[in-house]
Amino acid sequence: MIFDVEYPQEGAAVITANGRLNMVAAPRLRELISTTVKDKGCTRVVVDLADTEFIDSSGLGALIAGLKTARTAGGDLRIARPQEQITTVLELTNMHRVLRSYPSVAESLG
Amino acid sequence: MTRLFGIRVLIVVTVALGIDYVVWRWLFSVNWSAWWIAVPLVVVETYSLIDCMLFGLTMWKFKERPEPGPPLPDVTVDVFITTYNEPIDLVMGTALAAKAIHYPHRTWVLDDGARPEMRTAAEADGIGYITRSDEWVGHSRHAKAGNLNNALGATDGEFILILDADQVPKPTILDRTLAYFADPTVALVQTQQFFINVPEQDPLGSQAPLFYGPIQQGKDGWNAAFFCGSNAVLRREAMMQMGVRGYVKEVEGSIRKALRAADQVLTKARKRRGLTPGEATAIDRVSYAVVFANGQLSRGELLAEITFDFQVAVDDATREVVSADLAELEADLAEIDRLSGSSGRHRALLVDDAEVEALARRDWSPLGALESVRALVKTIDVDRFDEAQPVMPMATISVTEDMATAMRLHSHGWKTVYHHESLADGLAPEDLSTMLTQRLRWAQGTMQVMMRENPLVQKGLSIPQKLMYFATMWSYLSGFAALVYIAAPILYLCFGVLPVHAFSIDFFIRLIPFLVCNQLLFVVIARGIRTWRGMQYSLALFPVWIKAFTTAFGNVFFGKSLGFAVTPKTKQEWSPQWALIRPQLIAMVLLFISCIVGAVRMFTGHAAVSSTLINIAWVGFDLLLLGAVITAARYRGFVAHEPSEKGVSV
Repeated sequence: MIFDVEYPQEGAAVITANGRLNMVAAPRLRELISTTVKDKGCTRVVVDLADTEFIDSSGLGALIAGLKTARTAGGDLRIARPQEQITTVLELTNMHRVLRSYPSVAESLG
Repeated sequence: MTRLFGIRVLIVVTVALGIDYVVWRWLFSVNWSAWWIAVPLVVVETYSLIDCMLFGLTMWKFKERPEPGPPLPDVTVDVFITTYNEPIDLVMGTALAAKAIHYPHRTWVLDDGARPEMRTAAEADGIGYITRSDEWVGHSRHAKAGNLNNALGATDGEFILILDADQVPKPTILDRTLAYFADPTVALVQTQQFFINVPEQDPLGSQAPLFYGPIQQGKDGWNAAFFCGSNAVLRREAMMQMGVRGYVKEVEGSIRKALRAADQVLTKARKRRGLTPGEATAIDRVSYAVVFANGQLSRGELLAEITFDFQVAVDDATREVVSADLAELEADLAEIDRLSGSSGRHRALLVDDAEVEALARRDWSPLGALESVRALVKTIDVDRFDEAQPVMPMATISVTEDMATAMRLHSHGWKTVYHHESLADGLAPEDLSTMLTQRLRWAQGTMQVMMRENPLVQKGLSIPQKLMYFATMWSYLSGFAALVYIAAPILYLCFGVLPVHAFSIDFFIRLIPFLVCNQLLFVVIARGIRTWRGMQYSLALFPVWIKAFTTAFGNVFFGKSLGFAVTPKTKQEWSPQWALIRPQLIAMVLLFISCIVGAVRMFTGHAAVSSTLINIAWVGFDLLLLGAVITAARYRGFVAHEPSEKGVSV
């Protein structure tokens, strides 16, 4: 799993997650969101899942932990462009009732 | 197969005889003129019959699993050793044994005591050391469940072996258990717990051979093998999935509840005396935001968006109010400056935009003084502000996290396995005080689960699974039954109060065959293992079971503390512990006195000979069961060279 961070706006960050967001990658994503929010001061975080081919419950756990970190700092975490497998997992765990999947990064920033 | 058939025949016969007896008791033999003891007695007899039926159901699908195959190849495993206050040497003994487990893995000491010397010792031997992260500061720690959840967040193995600090694993423990996970729906493999520091006669009833044996094997047959907190392997994905689902459920529940209660909270806040105009405005703005959020909720919008909009609205409102207040303050200061003729002395008080921002942050806003409103605002969010971790894979609704967790796994369609083999050498408590603390904790935890998440109404559990959980909870109610079983013969012997019409032929012709069959069933199922201690303690620890029920009730429904204590694992200073068993001693004295009074009444012609003798026999049985606590109070701890060591390997 390769993570990449861009800063399209003041106070906002887009994290691209490339590969499998599983139990091995999850702690790294959590750490990355934490530094982005707390150290870089970007409280609005978008996780772009276009190139994420697989997610498991640990990956979801990292997204939830990130959501908490961002909200506690007065911001938000959003997800964009999930693949079909991810949408299925979101529905299976009822996470789709909490997190909206945005069709594009631009919309998730809006 | 023939043995199982025999067991099933015995179950059917026993239950049929039991029903016949109890129905007859209710319909024809209750002495209604002494209803105040007659009814409790027939009620507890019914309780015991239900207990017996649940046991029969457990044994119906008694499952002896064949040898497991080879372990899954190339999976990653983390071994967790949980500790809080156990001696470093003890923990390290377990940790080094864990490190020596054959199957490739990583070993971690989960030190909830955050002891620097523990870290040093672990790291010196190349063993991972995990303690709570900073997130936990100021949050509920959730005891062992919290410790495990914290560690799940810090590691990434596909499977997790959980060991208590006093469970020294054998090198083959993973080789023997990982095969079961070839079935992708298996979430948990629980192995036997066996204690090596227990003499043959097991004075404290530590071994629980009936539970770690036939009962677990019976539950396994119904896919309801219990998780017992240690010596078990878990699938991470299953745990995390429970955590994520639990998060969604908690968040949805708490937001809905908060929005429903919002009106009441805000109305109350408005009525407070001495509200500043700023506070009043802020309350109004929160009210608007609540109305808006309710509208979004009824339109089925997503929680993240509803709560985000809500938080933004509240932040905006409070920011405006703070700015307005500051503007007013500035004007006042300017006026003071003008009147006093001085200039700029108070300028330092003035604040820039960034500070307005900071002041408007929730804790400093005008809502700061309104605790209830602030709590409301915080609750209407998806971050579970009151918890250190939003995702809690291990259930935290009970002090026995294991049972609650397994029940959630089962209700979501996961399977569990009981592997009947001793793969770790455990240490049991060696004194009465520690043993009582431990039993109280188990019973309290079980009661908490029963009251918070009653298995009978859990969606997703099959009916037998519901009953398997219910059976364990039901058996912990035996404390109340014990009171009646102790009181009834005393009342007859001392005062001639008879709870039944007569101890007649009719009575015995129904009771005796039932009791005989019931005992026979136990003998057949136990196949030589000692079940007598367990039977004794289920009556003899009646004060513990009653206390567990009442404290759990107070905790679940009135938010009272359980008075929870961690089981001490070091040996306590020894002295006979009579004070701990005072209720049992009082009961025994009363029983003994009642025998003497009963005999006198019989010889003086005030009581029937047959009834008196039957009640004296009943008292004798009560005393035999209660006697266990005398042995326990005098037990001085395990001495290694006792001949009992032959019981070490199973």
